[in-house]
Amino acid sequence: MSSDTETSMMTTTDDVPSQKQQDDLHHHEISDKNYIFIALFLAVLTAMEVAVTEISGVPEALLIPSLLVMMLIKFFIVVSYFMHLKHDSALFKFGFYVGLGGAIVLYSVMLATFHFFIT
Amino acid sequence: MSDTTTDPPVTPESEGTDTVVADVVPAGYDDGQDHIGLVHHTSTGLSNTKLAMWLFLGSECLLFGGLISTYMLYRNRQGDALGPDQLWDIPFTSATSFVLLMSSLTMVLAVSAAKRKDERGTRLWLTVTALLGGLFLAGQVYEFTVFYREGLGYTTSLFSSSFYTLTGFHGVHVAVGIIMLLALVGMLAKGRIIGDKAETVEMVGLYWHFVDVVWIVIFTLVYLVPA
Repeated sequence: MSSDTETSMMTTTDDVPSQKQQDDLHHHEISDKNYIFIALFLAVLTAMEVAVTEISGVPEALLIPSLLVMMLIKFFIVVSYFMHLKHDSALFKFGFYVGLGGAIVLYSVMLATFHFFIT
Repeated sequence: MSDTTTDPPVTPESEGTDTVVADVVPAGYDDGQDHIGLVHHTSTGLSNTKLAMWLFLGSECLLFGGLISTYMLYRNRQGDALGPDQLWDIPFTSATSFVLLMSSLTMVLAVSAAKRKDERGTRLWLTVTALLGGLFLAGQVYEFTVFYREGLGYTTSLFSSSFYTLTGFHGVHVAVGIIMLLALVGMLAKGRIIGDKAETVEMVGLYWHFVDVVWIVIFTLVYLVPA
């Protein structure tokens, strides 16, 4: 195959991302308006966290899991949308989640060793 | 096949950088596209800078995991000294948490403006982010001052040591973030950014969002979960 032929092949329609690929890329773009909605949702979740702790009489067995769930939702919303990890390369996800997962496993074992989870 | 089919074309926009816009890249190079469809002249097809940043943030999880776990172990070890229940001012800390959360919004708006090549908007949002970060830091300094005046020194108890170390480390990260933001604003104003400006803003953004994410965890585990 000559160099000229190869060069000309690079300009064929096969070399351009398909309409679906381009649509996917545009679909992953989040508008500024949506970022504001996400931030408002995060603010509401924060307010709910504070409200739950201020309500007297909520048993700890219910209070702590609800706080942890709201914290995790906030955490993954920021990581997924503000840090764009949801639509980013799998290698970036791997790099971050290996560190996060490693930390959770390592320190869970450490806390268990010191009988943290035994009440 | 010769190398001519494996080298992505260099556009005027990408010249001098390792970035190519996906629309002009031949088939076979789109596997490593990042979330905005950029492809890079690297062995992975991804930005090495961004990969390094994500790996750095992954390692930061281990650092803060250690500090948070240590605090969780020692939070009830205050002896006769002041404990969390006597010290926390939840409305005040909630307000500062809200400020930091909103700084994540302004940061993402700066990244968005940078991708649109709106340099004025980028500088504006970066400056607002730095100001909000400064406000959060001022709140933390105020909080530390109040606690110290009430008798909670760094070596007062295991609780105080672990609390100041954890929140202090986070505060240092915020301070470094503010320096990065202001330096970026200055470099943008003077046109000293080499390569892809949007990616540079995005890297600082990733660091800033991580600082926010860590505070989300600290706020819940340290301030809200009862000791």
